[in-house]
Amino acid sequence: MTAWSFFLDHRAEIFGTTLDHLILVLIAMFFAITIGVPLGMFIVHRPALRTLALGVASILQTIPSLALFGFLIPVPFIGGIGRRTAIVALVLYALLPILRNTYVGLTGIDPAVLEAAEAMGMTNVQILWRVRFPLALAVILAGIRTATVITIGVATIAAAIGAGGLGTFIFRGVAMVSDAVILAGAIPAALLAIFADLLLGLLERRLRVS
Amino acid sequence: MRQISTPGDWSGVISSRSATRLSIEMNAKPTASIEPVVEFREVTCRAPSAHGASYRPLVSDISLSVFPGETLVLLGRSGSGKTTLLKLINRLLLPVSGTVLVSGRATSEWDPIRLRRGIGYVIQEAGLFPHFTVAENVALVPRLEGWPPAKWHARIEEMMRLVGLDPGEFAKRYPRELSGGQRQRVGVARALAADPPILLMDEPFGALDPITRAELQREFSALARRLRKTIVFVTHDIREALLLASRIALLESGRLVAFAPPDVFLHLPHPEVQAFAASLAISQGASS
Repeated sequence: MTAWSFFLDHRAEIFGTTLDHLILVLIAMFFAITIGVPLGMFIVHRPALRTLALGVASILQTIPSLALFGFLIPVPFIGGIGRRTAIVALVLYALLPILRNTYVGLTGIDPAVLEAAEAMGMTNVQILWRVRFPLALAVILAGIRTATVITIGVATIAAAIGAGGLGTFIFRGVAMVSDAVILAGAIPAALLAIFADLLLGLLERRLRVS
Repeated sequence: MRQISTPGDWSGVISSRSATRLSIEMNAKPTASIEPVVEFREVTCRAPSAHGASYRPLVSDISLSVFPGETLVLLGRSGSGKTTLLKLINRLLLPVSGTVLVSGRATSEWDPIRLRRGIGYVIQEAGLFPHFTVAENVALVPRLEGWPPAKWHARIEEMMRLVGLDPGEFAKRYPRELSGGQRQRVGVARALAADPPILLMDEPFGALDPITRAELQREFSALARRLRKTIVFVTHDIREALLLASRIALLESGRLVAFAPPDVFLHLPHPEVQAFAASLAISQGASS
């Protein structure tokens, strides 16, 4: 059985699973952005919290993904088998690039611009929303782009704890010793990652100023 | 030292500018009848050193007054405390001792936002917002102040013409699409947009090439005379000081060491004045 004929025979299933995978990634990214960007904004003026937040996010990033999924299973409320646990793990993984880029973007602004903003009587809130945030947007988006690509990859492993997605093909293929089945999961996952990268890269370039 | 004021004495008789002159001729004795716009009273300001714990003084025991309509130039080498004095005026810094008064009120008692909206600020490289067009940069303070759109739209045009930029050609450009001189013009337009009585300028022409700098200095000195703003201007360039100043205050290591109108400044005996005078002689010798 060639990979191509397997593709054709199971195209509806592969398409459905790709969609599942995408939805899993989108849900995880939604939460990661909702947590990461405001947290990144919040730590700009709070050095102690900044060290803690970036430190924790960095440590989370170093835990192997399969181990993180495993660790989460016995945790009450967020753990267990299934999508919920997978989403929690994916959010934790996506957090570091988003958090770090938000912080770096907001603080890496030309000091002359910030001084001018302050000297012209803008309040801290106005400086954050009208100066820092628009100027940091491209850098923040670069973080979201990195996080998205990571999440698409890591989400394949989420199949190991029963979250579904393209990982199901990969794990099944490994068990069946079938390249065709592995590729049915791996190729759509790779294509998803490439498209996400291109699309967000395009958006990022449009937002870049100076 | 408090300026004793008898308001109304000179109003209607002479303009604020000639009154300023008069106060200079009187050596700014307490008999001057014009209230200073900005007044430093025995001001010392310290800032945290790079290492955190210890503090070094930025300026020590400064007393000076800036009168309505004059252009006071703060001259000195890098690190002499010029910029610190400027930042004390718009409360980017607060003194550790002494008082800085703006319009008769200590900066520590001003709401910093209100204070700053009434003070224009121009810095080197202009500090324009790169994500705003020229028009949006110029309209910033009027919009923060809640002017109606028709009013700030008109103001953009007016300000751009004032600084010699054609609104049709430049209004929609971004700062990156301008030359250094044009950016600096926008910086001046932005600072003047809400018509603040006070203008602070921190080496505004410092990063420009010599020809553009001379051009902007000439235009600006004419503009300053016409607008009658009270201007505090920081520079390390003695030529610029002599060209623009009604009075020059020379700073050395955070202390005020000389204070005089330009026509007598170079004759002061202080060694730092003579050092600047010598630099002038050298640059003139080189150019002739």
